[in-house]
Amino acid sequence: MKLNDFISENKSLIGLIILMAAVSFANANFLGIDNMLNILRQTSINAVIAMGMTFVILTAGIDLAVGSILAFAGAICASLIGMDTPLIIALVATIMVGAGLGATSGVIISYFNVQPFIATLVGMTMIRGATLVYTQGRPISTGYFDVAESFYQFGGGYMFGIPNPVILMVVIFALCWFVLSQTRFGRYVYAIGGNENVARLSGINVKKVKILVYALSGALAALAGIILTARLESAQPTAGLGYELDAIAAVVLGGTSLAGGKGRIFGTIIGALIIGVLNNALNIMDVSSYYQMIAKGAVILLAVVVDSRGKSNA
Amino acid sequence: MTTLLELQGIEKSFSGINVLKSVDLTIRAGRVVALAGENGAGKSTLMKIISGIYQRDAGTVIYKGKEVRFTTARQSMDAGIGIIHQELNLLPELSVAENIYLGREPTKLGKIQWDVIERESKKYLAQLKQDIDPKTPLGKLSIAQQQMVEIAKALSLNAEVIIMDEPTDALTDIETAILFEVVDELRAQGKGLVFISHRLGEIFQMCDDIAILRDGEMVHQGPVSEITEDDLIRHMVGRELSDQYPFVPAVPGDVRIEVEKLTAHGAQEVSFTAHAGEVVGFAGLVGAGRTELAKAIFGANPIQSGAVKIDGKAIRLRSPQDGVKAQIGYVTEDRKQEGLVQSQELGTNMSLTGLDRFCNALGFVNKASEAVTISEYIEAFAIKTRDANTIISNLSGGNQQKVSIAKSLVPEPKVLILDEPTRGVDVGAKREIYTLINKLKAEGLCILLISSDMPELLGISDRIHVLSSGKLTGSFARAEATQENIMRCAVAGQTNG
Ligand SMILES: Nc1ncnc2c1ncn2[C@@H]1O[C@H](COP(=O)(O)OP(=O)(O)OP(=O)(O)O)[C@@H](O)[C@H]1O
Ligand SMILES: [Mg+2]
Repeated sequence: MKLNDFISENKSLIGLIILMAAVSFANANFLGIDNMLNILRQTSINAVIAMGMTFVILTAGIDLAVGSILAFAGAICASLIGMDTPLIIALVATIMVGAGLGATSGVIISYFNVQPFIATLVGMTMIRGATLVYTQGRPISTGYFDVAESFYQFGGGYMFGIPNPVILMVVIFALCWFVLSQTRFGRYVYAIGGNENVARLSGINVKKVKILVYALSGALAALAGIILTARLESAQPTAGLGYELDAIAAVVLGGTSLAGGKGRIFGTIIGALIIGVLNNALNIMDVSSYYQMIAKGAVILLAVVVDSRGKSNA
Repeated sequence: MTTLLELQGIEKSFSGINVLKSVDLTIRAGRVVALAGENGAGKSTLMKIISGIYQRDAGTVIYKGKEVRFTTARQSMDAGIGIIHQELNLLPELSVAENIYLGREPTKLGKIQWDVIERESKKYLAQLKQDIDPKTPLGKLSIAQQQMVEIAKALSLNAEVIIMDEPTDALTDIETAILFEVVDELRAQGKGLVFISHRLGEIFQMCDDIAILRDGEMVHQGPVSEITEDDLIRHMVGRELSDQYPFVPAVPGDVRIEVEKLTAHGAQEVSFTAHAGEVVGFAGLVGAGRTELAKAIFGANPIQSGAVKIDGKAIRLRSPQDGVKAQIGYVTEDRKQEGLVQSQELGTNMSLTGLDRFCNALGFVNKASEAVTISEYIEAFAIKTRDANTIISNLSGGNQQKVSIAKSLVPEPKVLILDEPTRGVDVGAKREIYTLINKLKAEGLCILLISSDMPELLGISDRIHVLSSGKLTGSFARAEATQENIMRCAVAGQTNG
């Protein structure tokens, strides 16, 4: 009984463990500490975006604009650093840009009654276009001022031997977990996804909550943009292409329902790790990147099928 | 008297809790059997086992002489068993006709015959005396009308066994009377019917046999003519219940709410006042505009003109948020679509509106104090649940209703609007709710009570207003209010309104 409950509540964690066990049999190098840290570092960008996406999906929405926001925010950040802007100002400004873009999607969705899919699809296209215009299609370097050196630490630095992006990911995870499970705002997010009409009649300001949720998603996409830009010491106009899909996949692999109202932030981290482990395993096993895409899709499909079978049996 | 369906020794458990214990039941052609029992006694579960929605753990189901085991609702439907579910199972976005024929649309060369669907739907609605255009989106109809559509759907199956799980709980006397005429016809045609209701009067009026469940056990079966209402209640709750409508005269305080010439969708220039410490009842037929009026006062329906004052101060009502802020509580008549998030826990649902009570300035929820309040309400309302983490859709209908009422009380409102508050609630629990209403009244709460259950309305209101076609057509003090003069006002203005 108890064991059953545990299994059905932690399917994604069990999936991750099985996957890791299988890969470590196939390749002895996989379980090394260096490779583990490597996986965590590679996962961090997707995980940060996916945590914002979790809030959005919990309200029964979707945010397709995160990849474009990452690129645009990254470009803004690179040019600010390149202009020797004080670090804290550059970071705050970049996050604000992301939050503002996300909030715009939120306003369009709540006040103009546009489907989240459409609103953020439009956002994805327009923001990508704006990025290309702004960068003129060329990478923007973070420059050679001292500030660029400290900025680099966000993507490439270490603390106590742990990559800084991983530390950021853990901090964001702790914050998101806290907000979702311990605050009024978190309750409202779940309620809106469970039944928007009930939420509205319970006196919840549904529009405001939704705008905040998309703003959060945009802010975290911008943070991912900061990590990526810092690591590469430049912003690429095509950065983050297709990242929205990896983020959605991580959320869904983590057991959050696309219908809204059900899911956990911990699951999202596991989902992102599953994708990270998969990418890494296919790489160290020298699978060509074309096959990698097929394999990744197949694993996601498998996971989702297992998950939904479990639900209909309950 | 041929036996159509026979259940023997049915057992069912949910996560280790035994909710049906060796239950027997016989459904005979040309007879209506009432299935009675408290909230959570297992009535709906038993019916869902018949129709293949749940699987029995043990026991046999014999249908027309053969043992059957339906694994989907579709199979039982095809075999001739129709069920009207307690929780409406219709899709608000689809039209009335589409809902009635969902999943079994007649086709010709693969093309759906919409004209047939609409014609047939109209026919069954007409049989129920409902003048509803089959093309109307279902969500536009009132709950009572939706219930009639659900009944029309069951009729259109032409089933031999028809199970009605609380079909009348959303209906007023007029629709109930229409339903009973139809039930009489079905009985004359030799169909076997099961009728579940918490309105005991209906059981005596309508049914031939009675079967009473208590905590999952069948405690009494026999003809209705051999049992009295007191016996029935004793079998259901296991003890005597006296005085179904305990009434405590009001000691009205100051004027609490003033509604002045309020016009909103469905309500025209309605004015009334209500005091702290009184229960003001609202009577009317289906479509009279009582729910629309209530929603306008709560901020859920846009107000076109007029004003609402609380404690003498005019309040702005642009959304339910304003209503909650003005300390108005609203218990909806439609707990499934509007009251509770079905897929989430009892506890989080109950505290949703009043969450501020447990939050600090930064919006952190103090879960310990929240849990204390939730368990107090679970106890006060005798909600039958394992704990506060039960998912709402796994509670019995009556227990969901109790959660819905408790939810509106958590924010400690000054004005409480109850829209059909005892819908689906058993006799014992109804009495508990009335006692609670009296207690809240004594504490100075101003209660606006909308109910289609006339004895209830007459039994616990201090004053009664009658609405007809969106207009106030009569007001009575408790002493003057009778079923007759209320009905007279309720139908007044119907024809010319
Ligand atoms: N899917 C489910 N999972 C877990 N428990 C369930 C489920 N369905 C019903 N129950 C439990 O079974 C018991 C019987 O419920 P049921 O709905 O049959 O009661 P009922 O007699 O129809 O009550 P009411 O008069 O309130 O409609 C309740 O305690 C309920 O919580
Ligand atoms: Mg029931």
